[in-house]
Amino acid sequence: MKVLELRTASLLVGLAVIVALIFIWQGNAYALRMLAEAGCLAIVALGLNVQWGYAGLFNAGIMGFIAIAAFGSMLISYPVNPVFWQSEAPGWLLRMALIIAIGGAVTVLLSRIDRYGVPRRIRTMLTIIAALATYMMAQNALTPAAAIIEQNSGFIGGFGLPVGLGWLVGGVFAAVLAWFIGRITLGLRSDYLAIATLGIAEIVKAFLKNADWLTRGTLTVSPLPWPVPTPNEIGFVVARAAYLSITAVLIVIIYVLLQRGWASPWGRMMRAIRDNELAAESVGKNVNRRLLEMFVIGNFIVGVGGAALITFGGIFDPSGFLPINHTFLVLIMVVLGGSGNNLGSIFGALLVYVIWTMSEPAALILFRYGADWLQNVFNIAPPDDLATRALQMRVFVIGLTIILVLRFAPKGLLPEKIVKYE
Amino acid sequence: MDTIGLLSALPINELVFFINKVVIAGLIIGSIYALGAVGMTLAWGILRFANFAHGDLMTLGAFIAFMLTMAMPGLGAYVGLPTAFVVLPIAMAVTALVTILIDKTFYVPVRKTNPKPITLVIASFGVMLMLQGLIRLFFGTAPRQMYVGSKDIYRIPFAGRDIVITEPQVLLIVFTVVAIVALHLFLTRSRTGKAMRAMSDNADLARISGIGTAHVVRVTWIIAGSLAAAGGTLLAMDVSLKPDLSFNLLLPIVAAIIVGGIGQPYGAIVGGLIVGFTETVAVFNWAILLRPLKPHMPDWLELPANLTFVPTEYKIVVPFVILVAVLIWRPNGIFKGKVL
Repeated sequence: MKVLELRTASLLVGLAVIVALIFIWQGNAYALRMLAEAGCLAIVALGLNVQWGYAGLFNAGIMGFIAIAAFGSMLISYPVNPVFWQSEAPGWLLRMALIIAIGGAVTVLLSRIDRYGVPRRIRTMLTIIAALATYMMAQNALTPAAAIIEQNSGFIGGFGLPVGLGWLVGGVFAAVLAWFIGRITLGLRSDYLAIATLGIAEIVKAFLKNADWLTRGTLTVSPLPWPVPTPNEIGFVVARAAYLSITAVLIVIIYVLLQRGWASPWGRMMRAIRDNELAAESVGKNVNRRLLEMFVIGNFIVGVGGAALITFGGIFDPSGFLPINHTFLVLIMVVLGGSGNNLGSIFGALLVYVIWTMSEPAALILFRYGADWLQNVFNIAPPDDLATRALQMRVFVIGLTIILVLRFAPKGLLPEKIVKYE
Repeated sequence: MDTIGLLSALPINELVFFINKVVIAGLIIGSIYALGAVGMTLAWGILRFANFAHGDLMTLGAFIAFMLTMAMPGLGAYVGLPTAFVVLPIAMAVTALVTILIDKTFYVPVRKTNPKPITLVIASFGVMLMLQGLIRLFFGTAPRQMYVGSKDIYRIPFAGRDIVITEPQVLLIVFTVVAIVALHLFLTRSRTGKAMRAMSDNADLARISGIGTAHVVRVTWIIAGSLAAAGGTLLAMDVSLKPDLSFNLLLPIVAAIIVGGIGQPYGAIVGGLIVGFTETVAVFNWAILLRPLKPHMPDWLELPANLTFVPTEYKIVVPFVILVAVLIWRPNGIFKGKVL
């Protein structure tokens, strides 16, 4: 194995010292929570690095993929709700599923009839009509079902299966969503992907927030089952340490797989596509297909990490998904760490999360100081909601970090090592 | 048959309801989107990147107008117009200045390195977050009322019913029309306007023809910033001043731009109106319009009480669907903009 370079090693040691200081300053339970969350975000960052660092795809809707993955994980792992299964609601839902399946099949078939000589204009019209009709019928089937469920049993509950399976299914949900978006936008220029993902994230959030029968909406679902014993059973420090070790194992597995992938001919092809699409296409690579592959794989990893992150929080709250917490934080992790370098992404995830958690108490101290100063020098009473305002400082700090990184270290702190083939 | 008899046969109640809920509401929100989209599309066409901070520039402009209104609430009474509207030119000028400063401090250094367009987009995300953080830091997150005193409401009698429109809505429509005409004259008649169009069409060609890039960029930001401030303020006057509109404004505006074609100011206006009207049409309850037909319908056909295409809480889906549809079928937009 190659010895770590001096720059990498010193940065890692520096980070370790900072983390150790936080352990001393804020206590074990706090620091472990920070590390466990940073670990989950590191998985998400690895997923984004696949897209942005290795394929050059700019995903600005990570929040949406995290949200749908967290929902998938909740659906699989939350305990079964017997009231729902004994009511007549499952029958209604089955009917809706059938309508969607049949309507969807008809729509897809209609969208292909131009192959049999039907003019394209008529095909498009028929397809749209079929899609609209399916949508209306499905909605009509859903309305009574949703009403029954919300009245009797709150929401449909989960399946009570192992949490690990839940994370996997969460990742699959995110990957399927990514496939649909990728199919539409990957042929277009990069801004469009950013806009499309931004939009889909808000839509996923709106859906999860308002589909009360499925997610309990604003009432939130808690406690989410943990893969390890919860703090109530074995105490905060041990439980969080156990959770942290699970995420650490996941990080190592994903890291090793990705590194193996990059070293393989497949990884080389991906880098070729990123660096020069035209050249890659001219030697016969199917660029859009490969990019779609990367987008889906990346979002699968994002989904697994996101599901782990929300499970750690213990509560599924659709309103709690915020672009700043779940999209831009991850983005800056990858850019700061060095896009195209997996170790950089993990490093960036830890460092940025430390900055993120510490900027609130730091801003509060600063504000208190400034408020005292205002009071003493100008005799102006400071606003009394300093604590909530200090929270907003984090948004500003993250924005500033993005700008500073682009300005002074556009390749990140641990830049990608260019592989040279002699 | 005389005209009164004919009119009474028409479903006037429902028609007026439709005008109030769809035509006027669509015009209002469409004008807001148009004001935002024009500035953003000009900057997008000339600087070749989507400035995602534009939605927050609108909020910033509205907050500047809000502060000015709070500083001198009685000002409007002298002129007979709402105070926020009277101070609007100052707010526009300040926002334009801020926009230029943002460009100088944050975008120019990145642009100098000749980056991929997406790098500038990331920079604009950074600016967006900084603006959001600062706005919430100083003003908190609660919505505020921008309007001093009560709103004037005009009722236009229409065949026994009233078409309702408020003073800020009239001001908004008038302002939008004036702004569009002024912009049109500027782009087609003035030297700088022609230079802007030339640069939007082909930046390199414009440069070697001796057009001063720095000047054009500055004017572009002035237009973008001032129109954003106007749109934000007028929206806040009509509804309320919310600090967290960001994406809810940005997404329809981007949809409007792409419908109209990137770099096409007229396209952006049309696109803004299209997106605005589609939104109101999509959340409108069509069952109300069908109700007068009820006596003529067969009994087995039951009229649902609620017949909307999209529930109100999913309004944000509408611009997204428009965006995706245009990207699939006409990626250049209806006005043949650029595919950058």
